[in-house]
Amino acid sequence: MFERADVVYVFDGSYEGLLCCVFESYARKETPRDVVPELDEQLTFYERRYVSTDETKAGRVERGIIKAARTEAAETGRLFYLTCCQEKGITFLLYAQICLTYGAKTHLMITDDTIKKVREAVSHLTREAHQLKGFVRFSVNGSAMTSIIEPKNFVLPLLREYFCNRYRNEAFLIYDKAHKAALIYSSGESDIIPVEDFEEPETEDDEERFRELWRLFYNTVAIEERENPRCRMSHMQKRYWEHMTEMRCTQESGVRNQGLVTGRGGLHGGKKTEKTARREARVCDLSCVQYADG
Amino acid sequence: MDVFDKLQLLTNSAKYDVACTSSGVDRKGTGAGIGNAEGCGICHSFSADGRCISLLKVLMSNACVYDCKYCVNRSSNDIKRTSFTPRELADLTVNFYRRNYIEGLFLSSAVVKNPDYTCERMIEVLRILRTEYRFQGYIHAKAIPGADSALLTRLGYLADRMSVNIELPSRQSLERLAPDKSKASILRPMGLLTERIAENRQDMVVYNHAQKFAPAGQSTQMIVGATPETDYTIINLSAALYKKYGLKRVFYSAYIPVSDNPALPSVDTKPPLLREHRLYQADWLLRFYGFDASELLDQEHQNFNPYIDPKCNWAVNHMDIFPLEVNRAPKELLLRVPGIGLKNTERILTARRVSKLDFTALKKIGVVLKRAQYFITCDGRMAEGLKITPDSVMRSLISENRQEQLMREQNVQMSLFDNTITRGDVVKCLSGQM
Repeated sequence: MFERADVVYVFDGSYEGLLCCVFESYARKETPRDVVPELDEQLTFYERRYVSTDETKAGRVERGIIKAARTEAAETGRLFYLTCCQEKGITFLLYAQICLTYGAKTHLMITDDTIKKVREAVSHLTREAHQLKGFVRFSVNGSAMTSIIEPKNFVLPLLREYFCNRYRNEAFLIYDKAHKAALIYSSGESDIIPVEDFEEPETEDDEERFRELWRLFYNTVAIEERENPRCRMSHMQKRYWEHMTEMRCTQESGVRNQGLVTGRGGLHGGKKTEKTARREARVCDLSCVQYADG
Repeated sequence: MDVFDKLQLLTNSAKYDVACTSSGVDRKGTGAGIGNAEGCGICHSFSADGRCISLLKVLMSNACVYDCKYCVNRSSNDIKRTSFTPRELADLTVNFYRRNYIEGLFLSSAVVKNPDYTCERMIEVLRILRTEYRFQGYIHAKAIPGADSALLTRLGYLADRMSVNIELPSRQSLERLAPDKSKASILRPMGLLTERIAENRQDMVVYNHAQKFAPAGQSTQMIVGATPETDYTIINLSAALYKKYGLKRVFYSAYIPVSDNPALPSVDTKPPLLREHRLYQADWLLRFYGFDASELLDQEHQNFNPYIDPKCNWAVNHMDIFPLEVNRAPKELLLRVPGIGLKNTERILTARRVSKLDFTALKKIGVVLKRAQYFITCDGRMAEGLKITPDSVMRSLISENRQEQLMREQNVQMSLFDNTITRGDVVKCLSGQM
């Protein structure tokens, strides 16, 4: 491709801005050292050049990618923009260059480093979105449902269609604490908006009751003789636990290794967990019982 | 008894059923009501035993009139008995579903009074969900053996997936441990479901608005380790079920002692988890890798090798076809290389259209070279510096957990040969001929 120029492109952080960086690189026939969003104030030895965002230029680049390497390539690019990949800017630019140079052949270049990086980042994104389709927990308060997530990638656009269809007759909000944005839906209309901060409203009795029922089910359904905390952790990483109803009960009392604890009717199993963890689990267990009864 | 107690009791009674998948049906929600279904299935949580929780898995009732010796709910067992009312269960399901705790309901039941009555109660739950709540999430329902075929058909129109559990993989074991069931009483509903599903698929083609009958197909479960059947019997039975009955899945459940009946393994027996794992691996080979049951095991080798997985086992027994040339080998053979899976096969086929593949490229594709290197060549060459010594081959083909186990059991170091070893020796050693 073009020769490397000792310059760093700075864009406004938007997808269109990123596309304009591609345009810039073609206009000047150069490949920059890096492409960074405005907010990233990392020190660099190279000259920083601001690339302003222009809708028409961005549109030309995107259409160019579609024309050369089909819609899938552009779609992959769009998804890649949502990932938490390191060096996202420059990788996107290199990816776009490959699409524009090699056209449909891009899809066959599985062993190329840039393509591999894009593929892996996108699959990290889609995997996280898929997992969150299951791990999102709503609190129902009156007619509205709310939920908090803290994903690594910006998954809200990928969850939008799914949840809007699933709860089409409800009103809900999913707050992404990591990216300070929220997906809101009510009466057939949805939107993703920036939200600075969000606190869950006080829970009602009915809500608390179903949470307890769910915890009870969760703890009962595990088979003691098959306990396998590592297997659980690899399928459901700990970073999700904080916002999951069934994992929070024990987390709040500071237990690291949750053993097999029945939500009600005492404790069984948990042979391998440490003694302290067990004691704390029992404390938590009791608090569940009190909740359930009162 | 309040809902908390019921939920605990009836979950405890249902938890030994392993199937908790919500896959097989892709459905957009429409109109009034709630819910949709995703073709690949969605796991909503993982319990402390590492199993996926996708559905609210409970029994309608645990007051069973049967006395199957391997089952917690057998009538002779002294446990508390209870039942959900259809309304209670439907409400619970919808409330869990709204909070996104679950993907739907897995409904099974002990046989209360008689099979028909039990089936009617289950139908009532599904009716409330489907018609009153307009619930469009996933429902897995157990067909109760012995129930009237009209009732089973009705159940099938309300559910997404149906299943009949075989439980014990041979007639003799059934007679011995489940006196109230027979092979015929299990296969009859299974056959009925297969027939209905096939009919329905045809109706769907002919009529635009044909109602769907069990769109996610049917599955079954077998208990492993409660009775003396070998892996050979089990895997052949599975293969037959996939072929003859068109099952979507066969699940294997390592037997967990729940009764100290002399006809069963003693109560302190550990569940045969490794055996269960090997059966699942073989099951995948049957369904996705084009293997035939007869290739995996035979009369002389009735059980899977505990140290290496069935695919490796097959490969080291067929060294005559290896090494394969990655740049030319057909898809069916690539699939048989240990360390190359479905995804990697597809990627290799795509990538080799534009350039010749070497070992670095394979690594980027995601091939597990540690295993694959013994079975492939790239452009005529084996992996550089590849030394075939029994130690290295064993280490790469046996997973780390198994290696520890092997060391413990044999209490010896793994060098099994003198210094002069050939590739043939390694193969012989691994395939158990030496």
